[in-house]
Amino acid sequence: MSALSTTSGVALIVRRSLRQHALSTAVTLVATALACGLVMSVFSIQRQSYEAFTGGSTGFDAVLGARGSQLQLVLNTVFHLETSPGNIPWTLYQDIKDDRRVSLAIPYATGDNFLGFRIVGTTEEIFTEFEYMEGRKFEVEDGGRPFDAGYAEAVIGSFVARETGLGYGDTFSPYHGLAYNEESQHAEEYTIVGVLEPTNTPSDRVIWIPIEGIFRMGGHVLRGTGDEEGFVPEAGESIPDEHKEVSAVMLNLRAPTAGFELDRLVNKQGKVATFAFPIGLVMADLFNKIGWVNQVFELVAYLVVLVSAAAILASIYNTINERRREFAILRALGARRATVFSAIVIEAATIAGLGAALGFVVYAAILGGTAIVVRAQTGVVLEVTRFHPIFIYAPLGMIALGALAGILPAIKAYTTDVAENLIPHS
Amino acid sequence: MPILEITDLLKRYVAPDGSSTTVVDVPTFAMDAGQQVALQGSSGCGKTTFLNLIAGILRPDNGTIQFNERDTRALSEAGRDRLRAESLGYVFQTFNLLQGYSALENVLLGMMFGKGRDFDYARALLERVGLADRMQYRPRQLSVGQQQRVAVARALANKPQLVLADEPTGNLDHLHAREALALIREICEENGAALLLVSHDRDIIAQFDHVHEFADLNRAMEATT
Repeated sequence: MSALSTTSGVALIVRRSLRQHALSTAVTLVATALACGLVMSVFSIQRQSYEAFTGGSTGFDAVLGARGSQLQLVLNTVFHLETSPGNIPWTLYQDIKDDRRVSLAIPYATGDNFLGFRIVGTTEEIFTEFEYMEGRKFEVEDGGRPFDAGYAEAVIGSFVARETGLGYGDTFSPYHGLAYNEESQHAEEYTIVGVLEPTNTPSDRVIWIPIEGIFRMGGHVLRGTGDEEGFVPEAGESIPDEHKEVSAVMLNLRAPTAGFELDRLVNKQGKVATFAFPIGLVMADLFNKIGWVNQVFELVAYLVVLVSAAAILASIYNTINERRREFAILRALGARRATVFSAIVIEAATIAGLGAALGFVVYAAILGGTAIVVRAQTGVVLEVTRFHPIFIYAPLGMIALGALAGILPAIKAYTTDVAENLIPHS
Repeated sequence: MPILEITDLLKRYVAPDGSSTTVVDVPTFAMDAGQQVALQGSSGCGKTTFLNLIAGILRPDNGTIQFNERDTRALSEAGRDRLRAESLGYVFQTFNLLQGYSALENVLLGMMFGKGRDFDYARALLERVGLADRMQYRPRQLSVGQQQRVAVARALANKPQLVLADEPTGNLDHLHAREALALIREICEENGAALLLVSHDRDIIAQFDHVHEFADLNRAMEATT
């Protein structure tokens, strides 16, 4: 017997069965696609979000901020989430800036927003010195420029521009606080002098203004001296450094060892500030703490896969009785038991394989939707096309599981009595 | 030279209550290569069981079935599958066409498990039985007579040495039955295949030179009569 011929015979049997049971095949296919797409989505989102929050390039090595949680500090300054743990005096910024172990120190002052997008007061170094990825600095779109520290000017991230419709030359007035409240609008008006090219980082969701702007924003009280009463600068009046305060100082270090030294100095020996280093490790700690959530997602995804495998089993198993005569005829034509058996297993594997292929569409839909939400909420970009080994393992696993699910109905087909089933049953 | 030699063939069925019924008890039967033989017998006399035993679909309880001087009883199940796939054709009373498949695919399935797929030969067979314009039709889209012709083409698809025909005209009217029989006999002759046909229709039986009363061959019938 020609193996090739038998193979083509099996292929024909499988094709015709899928066509004959088109409805149940389609339903099972959709269930399999959902399962496979879900598994791929869970793993891909997990990996990408983990990498984005822990291993992705943030452009900074460490953050210096108010005494409190390192995680809160990182979330607030790097990812522009969460509230600020507090402020630190300007002098601390100056000290760390002058430290020989520090190669770059950029102050951040936060506390205002525009329509929910955070406003960060900083220095021009954010455009001239800071590299959000190696060799890549913030680029202002054609026609724009970085803000001038002496003016009420702003540079907005690409996502802010897209969502608010603001652009070069437009003006806006900030709102007090990190959450948008239309009743808390400041009187100051800022002119947008630049829109940043997309960076696919949380910075796309930020409005950058001169740090002096935050100091002078109406209603802001500077307590750099620690004095509860604070200092409110008058228009045109210069602000003494001792009154200034910042939410955090973003740092690049000359060597990793400097990070450990500063960690010991600030966190273990000091009492006024927090030094978050390394940033990836701080975030990894968060992911470790919520690791059980990932496990729950994975478990749910695996259960859905099992249910889809059961659906394959049930859909094929239910057709076996009506197909007994078909198997008997095939056997009468010379098909071996093994041929009938393999036809059923291959049919199950084919449904799983087609479902897995369709699963990529489901994956793209889930990840695409999730990416929109995650980007809107955090600025972190999830890419549909980012490779993950699950794209190989999930379809292969699904096919293997489908084949496994086909074994029970295949055994039923295998045991079909030829003579008994050759006669049509009414 | 005999293509088929049967000796002391015995087949019993065991009922659920444990009682045993002998259905086939044929001491001897033989036919030569290319020979066309008709077995006549009433319904329920064991003719189909006899053909199924020859085809290896059923295993005898005793006796030998020599096909081309080889005892098929000694063959494994896979060996008997191979025998059907490569050397036997079977035309069933109910045609047993696969409903989800086209006429051409039904014929192709007749050869796929044996000597291999041959589209040209399958098409040629369907043209030979007058279905050149119906190759892509499914069985339910064909008339009974056309279905019967597909069944004949399929039985010949693997170029068998022996064609077994079980009441092949049982579902046809008198005129179509004669035409169908003539077609089966012609095609078997053209292909050099022997034909063993069983029928209870005397008009059909009368077309054959070699006719056996199945009751004369089968001692089990004597026991029940």
